[in-house]
Amino acid sequence: MSIVQLPDERGYFGTYGGMYVPETLMAPLNDLAREYESARKDPAFSTELASLLKDYVGRPSPLYRAEGLTRHLGGATLYLKREDLLHTGAHKINNAIGQILLAKRMGKKRVIAETGAGQHGVATATVAAKFGCECVIYMGEVDMKRQALNVARMKFLGATVVPVKVGQRTLKEAVNEAMRDWVTNIRSTHYILGTAYGSHPYPAMVRDFQRIIGDEARAQILEKEGRLPDHIIACVGGGSNAIGIFTAFVPDTQVALTGVEAGGRAIVPGEHAARFAGGSLGVLQGTRSYILQDDNGQILNTHSISAGLDYAAVGPEHAYLREIGRASYAYATDDEALEAFRLLCKIEGIIPALESSHAVAHAMKIAPTLGSDKIVIVNLSGRGDKDVQQAAQFVGMELP
Amino acid sequence: MAENRIDQRFAALRAEGKKAFVAYLTAGDPSLEATPGLVQSLEEAGADCVELGVPFSDPIADGVVIQLAFQRALDKGASLSGVLAAVARIRALGCEIPVVLFTYYNPVMRYGFEKFVTDSAASGADGVLVLDLPPEEAHVERALCEKHGLRWISLIAPTTPDERVPALASSASGFIYYVSREGVTGMQSSVSSSIPDKVALIRRHATAPVCVGFGISNPDQVRQVAAHADGVVVGSAIVKEIEKHATATDLCEKVRAFTAPMVTAAHGS
Repeated sequence: MSIVQLPDERGYFGTYGGMYVPETLMAPLNDLAREYESARKDPAFSTELASLLKDYVGRPSPLYRAEGLTRHLGGATLYLKREDLLHTGAHKINNAIGQILLAKRMGKKRVIAETGAGQHGVATATVAAKFGCECVIYMGEVDMKRQALNVARMKFLGATVVPVKVGQRTLKEAVNEAMRDWVTNIRSTHYILGTAYGSHPYPAMVRDFQRIIGDEARAQILEKEGRLPDHIIACVGGGSNAIGIFTAFVPDTQVALTGVEAGGRAIVPGEHAARFAGGSLGVLQGTRSYILQDDNGQILNTHSISAGLDYAAVGPEHAYLREIGRASYAYATDDEALEAFRLLCKIEGIIPALESSHAVAHAMKIAPTLGSDKIVIVNLSGRGDKDVQQAAQFVGMELP
Repeated sequence: MAENRIDQRFAALRAEGKKAFVAYLTAGDPSLEATPGLVQSLEEAGADCVELGVPFSDPIADGVVIQLAFQRALDKGASLSGVLAAVARIRALGCEIPVVLFTYYNPVMRYGFEKFVTDSAASGADGVLVLDLPPEEAHVERALCEKHGLRWISLIAPTTPDERVPALASSASGFIYYVSREGVTGMQSSVSSSIPDKVALIRRHATAPVCVGFGISNPDQVRQVAAHADGVVVGSAIVKEIEKHATATDLCEKVRAFTAPMVTAAHGS
């Protein structure tokens, strides 16, 4: 399969993707695409990125054989790709480091980002601090409340966190505000978009910065087991951690790839964020993909226990992989994710992010149905420290 | 094909040596019932063209004034089919002002673009401006508009590289909307100093007239900008005025009085 060659020069993965932006953004996006292409071919860029990923981020992240979880579920052998152990606590830093190096190449001294769960905001604030850039993070007011710890982290790291108070006050509105900031400050500012979404070149560029997850996992499983896994499972909000772990395995057609969306309370409009389960083709925030919309083409509200998955659209490459049958997409509900969160804490001593808990929840469903000769890798995309307070509330835990 | 109202109006203005005043308002704010009357009051104020904003939940190119207007319109149940019905009522009132539908892509994509174009033409619209559909993505949509006699209004921005201008400008129809500053829609205290040079560049390659918008909100600014262009677009200031008097019984009169001095400033330049 030649899927990794995509997107085409217009930014399309099949019929998904493209550049659906106002004219003001066309030249900056074309400049970014050109700069990224030249950076990719520049050995000095690759060397600097690799060095930072190793010594600053802490890569490679371990591929951990989860004995307790495997025993508990009584089926396939489960491995966890430990992105939660990276600096700042999630896979988001892989992309943030890559993009800050691009910003530096372009001479941009100011960076902005949207954030939902706060992990991408923290990653951006971190790299901005390290490289001495001004940093502004847009975050929905609802998310600021449920991810207050990450707001504090961003502030300590020197970022300005701007609450977004319109609409549903979550990730989608934060992206809108970041795009408005970018269009207003285009000459000084680089927008570090945090997921494999948006106008070309972002979906391809973010994928490329995240594909190290799958490249490492593939080498690690071959070393540990002498063979490829049977299943890869990852949660999908915009879809950056999923595309990151999928990409290396896409040509290995015997490896099943499953993305897990947020099923929220139920697959009823406004109660979930499962775009493939309840969505349809549309154009939102620069790209053509599956989105949650009403009959009039207005974007629907979403709900998920996890702020990072609480988003009305999914990255275009996921829509493409699904269409060609190379990846499939399931969902886990809030309750299932919370149960997975608790289970992983208890039997593995690992507190997963609520986002990643959706992937664990799906593994809990399929592992018992598989033979003990099967191997499943779950991308544990982030750690759950940020979610502890919210999870405590959900389970009714008394806090002092 | 019947003469297009946009072409007719700009030809008449050109013959008189006048600059165009283009007014924007959000359809459905304060209600779809009020929209035809508001358009009529803009025509009575002397406006040469009206851009009718189709409400969308996620307007990334708009500042807070128009965002809130969209939200108010959506809260009252405005939809694309409702907006098209309002256009038909504008024509039923006898208004002959050219109407451009100013929209984001998703609502028209969901409606079905071809159906949108045929229904727009049937309702009496004259042009279409799709904010987030740059020429690279717009081949089919643009051809459909042209087939049905609608003008495809193109945007050019300050960030548009000089080498990209000739292709955009020479292929434009109706008029070219030059977005005069980097940013979103909204009122500004001063007009951009880069307007004369960029508009001159566009005019070298364009046969269509060039109108300048974004951030223009009072007669002085209209006069300044009109001196360098074929027309001026005022949006957020009018939307703000509508918001201010939304419940007033003389809303239309207020909007007419607010708009008339800006029209005079444009026509007098």
